[in-house]
Amino acid sequence: MDDILLLDAIERYRNGEMSAQEKLFLEELRKKNPDIDQLAVEHLFFLQQLNNVGNIKAYKHSLDEVENKLANEGVIAKKELKGRAKIIFLWKRYRRTIEVAASIAIIVSITAVMIGLKYSDKKVSNITPLVDNKLNEFQSKLDRIENKLDNATMVLPFAKPKFSANFRATGFLIDGSGYLATNSHVINNAKNLIVENTKGDQFIASAVYVNKNTDLAILKITDTSFRKINTLPYSILKASAELGDQIFTLGYPREEVVYGEGYLSAKSGYSGDTSAYQISISVNPGNSGGPVINRNGEVIGIISSKETNADGVVFAVKSKNIYKALEEIKDQEHIKLPLNATVKGLERVQQIKKIEDCVFMVKGN
Amino acid sequence: MNTPEKEQNLLRGLASNDKSAIEAIYRDNYGTIQSFIVKNNGYPEDARDIFQEAMIVLYNKARSESFHLSCQLKTYLYSVCRRLWLKKLVQLQRYNPANESLEEIVAVEEDLEEHQKKDADLSMMEDALKKIGEPCKGILEAYYLQKKTMPEIADLFGYTNADNAKTQKYKCLMRLKKLFFAHYKT
Repeated sequence: MDDILLLDAIERYRNGEMSAQEKLFLEELRKKNPDIDQLAVEHLFFLQQLNNVGNIKAYKHSLDEVENKLANEGVIAKKELKGRAKIIFLWKRYRRTIEVAASIAIIVSITAVMIGLKYSDKKVSNITPLVDNKLNEFQSKLDRIENKLDNATMVLPFAKPKFSANFRATGFLIDGSGYLATNSHVINNAKNLIVENTKGDQFIASAVYVNKNTDLAILKITDTSFRKINTLPYSILKASAELGDQIFTLGYPREEVVYGEGYLSAKSGYSGDTSAYQISISVNPGNSGGPVINRNGEVIGIISSKETNADGVVFAVKSKNIYKALEEIKDQEHIKLPLNATVKGLERVQQIKKIEDCVFMVKGN
Repeated sequence: MNTPEKEQNLLRGLASNDKSAIEAIYRDNYGTIQSFIVKNNGYPEDARDIFQEAMIVLYNKARSESFHLSCQLKTYLYSVCRRLWLKKLVQLQRYNPANESLEEIVAVEEDLEEHQKKDADLSMMEDALKKIGEPCKGILEAYYLQKKTMPEIADLFGYTNADNAKTQKYKCLMRLKKLFFAHYKT
């Protein structure tokens, strides 16, 4: 008997799709023929195992979602809350070591600063921030035509001030109520800021935090038309990412969202900057401010710049700087970072589908 | 307090992946487990991991045919989490025997052994699925897990008709079985 037919029969038997007669026939066959019986037993067991994988996967997904919900309600302690308790705990345990380490660190950093001062002037010119400052003429022409069209028809789909942007970059939500992270060099000196999602909806935003040292900025969507997103699909990693981690990013080097993937190549950024990572990925002006996400759906950093003369040498601000930033502005802004990555374990295409809604184009002038 | 009937219902909900049942169990029990773990040398995020694992133990138990819960759900979960956490502490070498006190717990050793075996089987299948690669993985998942029909799969994966897709599925299935049993039998 053909194996393919037999397996098919066993599967139909298992799913209860067989008529009583067919069933009887198969059972008879199994009784008479030990080989077939063996195959059936094996296949049924195998299908059982395969099903278990699917069930557990779905179940874990539900667990994650429930956890997220409860964490937002405060039933489950948040990861951020652990800070204080953890510090006390670690302090008690490692006090002596920390003291020794601190004195060494002081000596080393003084030396480093002195060396740094000597060389620092030459280095800066070698990296390019990845903001697209030359939104080319074509774009401004397009804007003019759009403007004319709007005026001609007198139907304004969005009652937004039309303005022509002179840069474009990327940002991503860190709190579904309308807070985004991006680079500080992106919004440098911008008077007006607008963020636009993949559907083309635009919202007015303003900066609530800017730190030029870490190149991190946090924007707040001030537009009332912005609809809150309840659960963000990714989480923000507080710990350090690992060398070789597979990563991907979404950003706006064009007017359309673009996907790129690569890996983490060093744990420090340009000339040993420990607040950044070096990653290998292909990016272009406009990618600045895009999230760097690992396979588990955790944001590990924010794309900021690339080395001008080398291809694929890109620097990204470490995600833990976001936590530091929130600590600094916690009195003014109440920002809740997402705790769990709901896209963990999904296929990449599915992950992107969920994540792209939370990645915005940042424009301004 | 929950009545036995209500607990049975919760467990049935759990077995069918019902989110409201999961949520109810979390609400009733999470706080106790969290404070137990934080008191015993752990962090809140350890509690999340441990509780999730315990929920999987409970899920497997709720789905097994011989299922029978001989004590209150709360006691059971506490016992499982406690056992899991003490094990973890030993692994981390943070274990302090002074933590061992005579609290009311039930024996869960057997359930945990079963859980470990199931977990091992599960990762064997997951490994095998990873190894066969795409499009096989996608096709098999679409058919066996997402219960898509053959014409849908043909459409999704770009086969000209359902029969072609079926032949491909069969080939993939044979490869997966081979990989899985190669590990399983050793």
